[in-house]
Amino acid sequence: MATLEIKNLHVEIDGKEILKGVNLTINTNEVHAIMGPNGTGKSTLASAIMGHPKYEVTQGEVLLDGENVLEMEVDERAKAGLFLAMQYPSEINGVTNADFLRSAINARREEGDEISLMKFIRELDKTMDFLEMPEEMGQRYLNEGFSGGEKKRNEILQLMMIKPAFAILDEIDSGLDIDALKVVSKGINEMRGEGFGCLMITHYQRLLNYITPDHVHVMMQGKVVKSGGEELAQRLEAEGYDWIKKELGIEDETVEAEA
Amino acid sequence: MTVETKLALSAQEVRSFSQSNNEPKSFADFREAALAKAAELALPTPDKTNITKWNFIDFPIHTVESEGFASLDELPEEVRALIDIEGQENLYIQRNNTPAFIKVSKELVNKGVIFTDIETAIREHSELVEKYFMTTAVKVDEHKLAAYHAALVNGGVFVYVPRNVIVEEPLQVVFVNDNADASLFNHVLVVAEESAAVTYVETYVSTVEEGKGQANIIAEVIAKDNAQITFGAVDVLAKGFTTYVNRRAHIARDAKIDWALGLMNDSDTISENITHLVGDGSAADTKTVVVGRGTQKQNFTTEVRHWGKNSDGQILIHGVMKEAAQSIFNGIGKIEHGATKANAEQESRVLMLSEKARGDANPILLIDEDDVTAGHAASVGRVDPIQLYYLMSRGISKAEAERLVIHGFLAPVVTNLPIEGVKKQLTEVIERKVR
Repeated sequence: MATLEIKNLHVEIDGKEILKGVNLTINTNEVHAIMGPNGTGKSTLASAIMGHPKYEVTQGEVLLDGENVLEMEVDERAKAGLFLAMQYPSEINGVTNADFLRSAINARREEGDEISLMKFIRELDKTMDFLEMPEEMGQRYLNEGFSGGEKKRNEILQLMMIKPAFAILDEIDSGLDIDALKVVSKGINEMRGEGFGCLMITHYQRLLNYITPDHVHVMMQGKVVKSGGEELAQRLEAEGYDWIKKELGIEDETVEAEA
Repeated sequence: MTVETKLALSAQEVRSFSQSNNEPKSFADFREAALAKAAELALPTPDKTNITKWNFIDFPIHTVESEGFASLDELPEEVRALIDIEGQENLYIQRNNTPAFIKVSKELVNKGVIFTDIETAIREHSELVEKYFMTTAVKVDEHKLAAYHAALVNGGVFVYVPRNVIVEEPLQVVFVNDNADASLFNHVLVVAEESAAVTYVETYVSTVEEGKGQANIIAEVIAKDNAQITFGAVDVLAKGFTTYVNRRAHIARDAKIDWALGLMNDSDTISENITHLVGDGSAADTKTVVVGRGTQKQNFTTEVRHWGKNSDGQILIHGVMKEAAQSIFNGIGKIEHGATKANAEQESRVLMLSEKARGDANPILLIDEDDVTAGHAASVGRVDPIQLYYLMSRGISKAEAERLVIHGFLAPVVTNLPIEGVKKQLTEVIERKVR
């Protein structure tokens, strides 16, 4: 079992504090969902854990099996077992999806022990088939000209090929039509199990109809303000966020700079 | 007031060079007249680069004698790697100024295709050569370097494809430079008659560390009605050359040219690639990639000039600048009056890899007609940190991520080169230069 611990995480962007002490522990074999209205710091949390260059951690730790990933370069965090499915994946002209994926897989292997081309292609074909992606998407340039749904599917393709210990999914469901949402969820559910932990960030309860979380957290004002089980998500769906705000005496749930 | 430039050869020397090649008298006269013009004409004026102090005139020796290659086994390794030794049917190799190897398939000969070195063409196909040689695409009296080139031509290729003939296999040309004293006044003339099609790929490769001479290169490409020409080039000339390379096309009605140019010289270089879309419905797709390094100074002009109605011009220029290299990228779309429904698009992007490098993308649209469409995109910047972050978030190291982004940035030309060996070589040159 592996553990990802977020301890008292404070994060700034352009000098404005967005996260104000986030605490969260995720084990493999668990799926956590972070919910919350817009502008409460959910995506900042995802980006800060992965090491986005614009976010500055001012306090706190993110420990992966006791090792502070915040001291690592972005690629080292990935190799240590973290994966972030991004809300807005970059487009990289001239680099094919397949070449990129092979580089990513080989980056985790020793020199001289690279994945054989045949094995790679077999695995890629199988996974693309599973995600109902047409074969030609392997030869298209990375995310270039992909529709929103294709980009999200492509993030899940990478997730399934790379097989990290922990995946953070940043609004993987935003803007997806129901067919694409089903496929994306199928991919994530396929990953569930002993060696895999997941943190899903979403606005919408709908995603949780397809992927049942073990734990649900609510973020407001740059902190996790409430945690519970699946029933918490259902109450949010039925009643919205106002009851939490009332309970905690919060008037404006957003973090100023992100609003 | 014009100042006469003292040129490296006299009229007498030019005439005797022509005679030693058994050129027809008409061509000797042409050279001598061009030499006189070269003394008087002004240098070209590439936008934003002052070249008045560059030495485009002097060289150690006009023409060096090199041995031919009796078989392809004798080729140096870097040249062999370019060629599919078994499969390449049509191949010309020039060693410095000497035609060193030629192979043309019987099929092409039977169809009336001419593929030969320029001197042989001047002797054996003089009427055809003189009809097009600096008459249609490039004019002798445009400027000093064109005239100087005409006077001193000492190598190159002639390609002629008759009406309705489709050349299926690419014609490959390799200009090998393995003598530091050599100067290259190469003239390439490609003529495709009505509804003909041909793919031509040339590579310049220096195996010497440093050249001392001039590279004054002109390629003229003439596509008659409905003809299709693909022109690929990879230039890897050594530092030390003063390089002026002018590749120009004249495209008639419904004809099309695709350029794929990998301009990888280590020398100071002025490159000019102009396509005249003369005919209605003509089209040009020009893709150029460049890597500058060291203290190189370069200027690249890519222009598509629209004369024909419904003509379509696409320009893509991607340059990578490192160390203290300096480059100007002029992308020009010009639509002349009367070229209704013309479309001129261009994209110029420069990637800077160091603080000291300088790159200037200079997109220009000149439009003298109302009923047209045009667009341009230009950018100068560093490797996008968000792209690097994305790649690194998958475990790819920063160095490898940068490599992927740079190769991707230069891929438009690599993927468009129709010969596998040349494609591979360009990838390797890029690898070596950006490391």
